[in-house]
Amino acid sequence: MFSLIGFYSLVLSSSLSFLIIFFSIKNLKNSKVFDKRIIFFTFLQFFLVLISFLGLIISFINSDFSNETVFNHSHTTKPLFYKITGTWGNHEGSLLLWLLVLTLFISLFIIKSRQQPTRYRILTLLFQQVIIIGFFIFLLKTSSPFNYIFPIPTEGLGLNPILQDPALAIHPPILYLGYVGSSIIFSSALSAMSLNYISREWASHIKYWVLVSWIFLTLGILLGSIWAYYELGWGGFWFWDPVENVSLMPWLALTTLIHCVIVLEKRLILTSWVVILSISTFTLSMCGTFLVRSGILNSVHTFANDPERGLFILIFLFTLIFLSLFIFFFFHKENHKINNSVSLISKETSIIINNWFMMYFLSVILVGTVYPIFLDVISSEKISVGPPFYNKLIIPFLIPFLFFMTIGPKLKWIKSDIKDRVYLVSFFLISLLLSILIIKNLNLKFLFNTILITFAFYLFFITLRDFFVIKNKNLSQIVAHFGFSLFILSILFNNIFTTEIITNLKVGEVYTSKKIQIKFENINQKQSQNYKSFIGKFSIENDKGNVEIMEPELRIYNQPNIITSEADIKTNLLSDRFITMNTVQSQDYFNIRYQIKPFMFWIWLSVLLIATGGFLRLFKRYEN
Amino acid sequence: MKIKIIPFFIIILFLVFFGVFFKGLKNSNIYVPSYNFEKEIPSFTVSLFDSNNEINSDEIFNENKYYLMNIWSSWCVPCREEHQYLMELSKVKNLEIIGLNYKDNIANAKNFLDELKNPYSSIISDPDGLIAIEWGAYGVPESFLIYNKKIIKKIVGPLNDNLVIEISELIK
Amino acid sequence: MKYFKFFLIIIFVFIFQISNAVENDLGIKITKNLRCLICQGQSVYDSDSEFANSVKILVSQKLKEGFSEKEIYIFLKDKYGEWILYEPEFNKNTYFLWLLPVFMFLLGGAIVFKIFILKKN
Repeated sequence: MFSLIGFYSLVLSSSLSFLIIFFSIKNLKNSKVFDKRIIFFTFLQFFLVLISFLGLIISFINSDFSNETVFNHSHTTKPLFYKITGTWGNHEGSLLLWLLVLTLFISLFIIKSRQQPTRYRILTLLFQQVIIIGFFIFLLKTSSPFNYIFPIPTEGLGLNPILQDPALAIHPPILYLGYVGSSIIFSSALSAMSLNYISREWASHIKYWVLVSWIFLTLGILLGSIWAYYELGWGGFWFWDPVENVSLMPWLALTTLIHCVIVLEKRLILTSWVVILSISTFTLSMCGTFLVRSGILNSVHTFANDPERGLFILIFLFTLIFLSLFIFFFFHKENHKINNSVSLISKETSIIINNWFMMYFLSVILVGTVYPIFLDVISSEKISVGPPFYNKLIIPFLIPFLFFMTIGPKLKWIKSDIKDRVYLVSFFLISLLLSILIIKNLNLKFLFNTILITFAFYLFFITLRDFFVIKNKNLSQIVAHFGFSLFILSILFNNIFTTEIITNLKVGEVYTSKKIQIKFENINQKQSQNYKSFIGKFSIENDKGNVEIMEPELRIYNQPNIITSEADIKTNLLSDRFITMNTVQSQDYFNIRYQIKPFMFWIWLSVLLIATGGFLRLFKRYEN
Repeated sequence: MKIKIIPFFIIILFLVFFGVFFKGLKNSNIYVPSYNFEKEIPSFTVSLFDSNNEINSDEIFNENKYYLMNIWSSWCVPCREEHQYLMELSKVKNLEIIGLNYKDNIANAKNFLDELKNPYSSIISDPDGLIAIEWGAYGVPESFLIYNKKIIKKIVGPLNDNLVIEISELIK
Repeated sequence: MKYFKFFLIIIFVFIFQISNAVENDLGIKITKNLRCLICQGQSVYDSDSEFANSVKILVSQKLKEGFSEKEIYIFLKDKYGEWILYEPEFNKNTYFLWLLPVFMFLLGGAIVFKIFILKKN
């Protein structure tokens, strides 16, 4: 019953799009006052999609297997929390979530844009409706979450157990908030461009949308990495997998955009570039959606592959691209009268250099992700592009990048002499000495790592000092940049100091090395709601005599019938201890992997700090 | 006029992208290492399943007939399902079926054959999976159709009706 | 001027690093660079699948026999195609792959440069 309500609510909501477009076009021609009907219909559209979404959730909760999506992805024994979050853990449900957030954000836009010119608001709404209609058609025609199946099955196929995890449950909604935010920026940019409204006022206004979108995207990516780390059992959190890359690209574009919008807010330069970035961010999000859902790429987390859906997204994506190109070339006028002078040493310069590097990083990831497709189509050769490629091309460039990140904010707008040269130089020397000390003590010959750590420390110390000295003035930027330096340092130290032991043990056996002793104590069985688990108990003793008990699990799920290996992870501020236990075919021993991974907590915390920096900016009072 | 070139170029560029992605959708994305030409079978020394004698690959694929080398294990579920097809094919006159027992426990493998019957004229032991790698296989079940020491067809996954028909056609 | 000096040092270090790169365990380095063909997006090193375990045995065997890293890659490429290697080689198939980003970097640099040359005029 609720599926039926959901379906008709959705159809009704989609038909509203035409009303909204009709009245918007009418209002554009006579735009003294914003037509209240448009506002009403937009809110109504959101409300109806919400009803539809709730209908789907209730269907999942009730295990209503007459609904095809529920049948394919749920099971009566699934815990309630995962029944609910399973609503968006599949292709159709996640698209409905997209629509929910799309309609929500455009409603919020109407509320928050009251100070803006009316024609601009209407036109933004119009462009956004183009996107919304696209999603409606996609949903209703190829991916409806309300398909009816008969005869009604008594039991569903269940949700893949690795998706039954709290981090993964909220990862899509948060991520989509980021993507959809970028759709508002997209529509806004097209609208502003058509009305010649790319100005400092527009920059001030759009800045909040850019920030909000960016914060959610950062958090969404963080959640995805946390899930990968805790759930997938290999102890890593980033693999340069296509789906990961596809979320990172809009993030890079958004970060670049934040910096540019800050410039645009103060001076009328970089207007074309801001527009291009605004368009590109959402385009990259859609491109990502295409790559992930069409089956064109192989990846650990692609959805069900369906070329028909892929074709639709492809056409939709390129419609948006060509629409934007058309508007850009037709409407955009570079304003040459404004004085564009930028001195060589100024804050604008450092932001331009930041853009240069960010776009380079973006192009590395874009080329790496998409190139195999091109090669396959053109010459039928299949190659892999994996972590070594990205590491080789990105890491060396982090060195100058960190350097510019450190001194850039110290420069003044338009022109400056570098002030405080004394402490700038002295901090650099301190960083250098510290890094040499660290690397030397470990007999690591990596001169390269030394330099990288030096610059990361440099940024770290400078931002730390700024935090205590400058305090409130540029708090958001200091916190975000500090977070980034911490991020780089944590990853570097994690890479250098991670140790791993791989061994085969039977119950009762012991592994001994110079520093560690691992004893396989026993195995216990446990029955849970939808799985049976075998819990191995290990006592691990280090060279200081400290003993830690760790209990990795093997779980046998009932539906679908899958065996998963659950790592046991013990965390403290200094390091994580990570252990997994796996069966070996036809043998009576288990394969045990034990890792000591330093600074994992700081990796997560640093990303949180970066997001916090953005968050703080939302509350900053603009000082003249 | 000069300014118009850039938009034109960009539009062409995106049209090309569209074309490539469009074509990319049509291609299958299940990767199977493809043989466009007939490949020589690998040469290896290996021990037989039931004796412990070592034998060289040359001796196995010696005669002028077709061979189907089938990679199987007792713990492999699809292998059970394809076994009936192997029994069917074992009756074909000029086709000999060789088994490669992949990463298996001998007792379990013997039980498997006792239960489902034995279509193999001889069976090779591959406890570490290294021989399978020599053949370029990566999973189980996989089968290779061989003639004159060359691989004619590689089958990834279990046999089914269609594949059996295909094989029958090829060995005429 | 200072910035240019920094850049020179950085380029020098980069070249230095490539020639100095040493991985503690060659076997680990190799298996991290190999794709597990029956997994969805995992290296042979990370995976516990049958295929991955066999490849690990193979790699350590070949290393004992004196194969170099490159020779092992050639062996596996012959069996499974280039797809099994995570680090794409630098051959006629991949010139664009490696050079396009570098080209983008130089292009970006040229644009940045142009902004300042333009201002000086």
